[in-house]
Amino acid sequence: MSAAPDPLLPRPCRIERVTRETGGGDVFTWELAPLDGELPGFRPGQFNMLYAFGAGESAISISGDPGGGPLLHTIRAAGRVTRAMRDLSRGDVVGVRGPFGEPWPLARAHGRDLLVVAGGIGLAPLRPVLLAALRERDRFARVLLLYGARTPADVLYRQEIEAWRERPGLEVAVTVDHDAPGWNGSVGVVTRLIERAGFDPDHSLALLCGPEVMMRFAGRSLRERGMATTDIWLSMERNMACGVGWCGHCQLGPLLVCRDGPVFPLDRVEPLMGVKQL
Amino acid sequence: MTAVTDELRSGPFAGMSEAQLHRLGACASLVRYAAGEAVIAEGAAADRFFLILEGEVALSAHQPHLGRVALESIGAGDLLGWSWLAAPRVWQLDAHAAGPVTTVAFDAACVRRAMEHDHELGYQLLQRFVGVIAHRLQASRLQRLDVYAPQGGPRPT
Repeated sequence: MSAAPDPLLPRPCRIERVTRETGGGDVFTWELAPLDGELPGFRPGQFNMLYAFGAGESAISISGDPGGGPLLHTIRAAGRVTRAMRDLSRGDVVGVRGPFGEPWPLARAHGRDLLVVAGGIGLAPLRPVLLAALRERDRFARVLLLYGARTPADVLYRQEIEAWRERPGLEVAVTVDHDAPGWNGSVGVVTRLIERAGFDPDHSLALLCGPEVMMRFAGRSLRERGMATTDIWLSMERNMACGVGWCGHCQLGPLLVCRDGPVFPLDRVEPLMGVKQL
Repeated sequence: MTAVTDELRSGPFAGMSEAQLHRLGACASLVRYAAGEAVIAEGAAADRFFLILEGEVALSAHQPHLGRVALESIGAGDLLGWSWLAAPRVWQLDAHAAGPVTTVAFDAACVRRAMEHDHELGYQLLQRFVGVIAHRLQASRLQRLDVYAPQGGPRPT
């Protein structure tokens, strides 16, 4: 009988491909492959701890297909560690621990409308949800992607979104906060897309991911349309370190985001989101 | 007129009495715009307002060296235009049809006369427009927060 893998021990993985996702190049996707053996599967919403040797670790959501295919992580170079990651290239080796965390409760949307509401790079942890939902499309009523980005150049997975637009059974609406030459799509905040979506609030599940302010406003908009807070789920972020609930770095009131989340129902975290020093 | 009045029963005018809807419908007509066509123009008299039935209208401002910069998209079920309510009653922005657009266009002078004649109608309309204005103001504030900016805060990805 083999022992369970040590959750604190990174597995070396090679960067097989780097895709620059946005205009500035600060958002990029890694395709990773283990140096030996196979990586464990994952469920939509889970994350890995990625280790840039010599720089440090960072919690990064898995953005690949839970049904198979390579391990994908979409990363924004926002801090010291992720900026070091941006400077790595194909062939470099990084450490991977995980997957960790509670997944999106996709089965709760069976027979109902599924609203995927993403802001900015928050689309990355929701991409696996869309891929999983499309694989078992008959289980859902409507499937909607409502996506807001800062500018047209910041729209993530642009080619894939265009392909999704053409796909029957998936309704896609994209808006940007700031217009730019050549953009013919919507301008305005993502909550405006929620207002126009025309979903049935009594028979829907909403999954939200983006900056916390955006999720707060989006959650409010969904509730104003009659959705129960138990049907609104969001992915929270705090400074995760161990990934398994041992170190307490990601504590959010009584919760440890890495272990109890990162996916939570709104009714569980809404009171905590309003606490300014938490 | 009946067809126009029917379009008012849901959306922002829902809850108004049948008589009020008929009074509003008497001031309104269906107007369609082709993609790219101007709906309102900055500086022109704000003599109408619109309920968007289908399609999307882009509110925009012209900026030197940049051309037309869209500020907000107004879609189906939204009201477009409140400059007709307050002096100097001129449009503050441009708006053009982002694609084929169908609207209910209201004659502002006709609606103002109806509001003067029937203050309850005026109250009902103002209540709705204040809601729309407050809502758009909130959306603009969220837009100003620039929540997706790189310095907007740490994210897992």
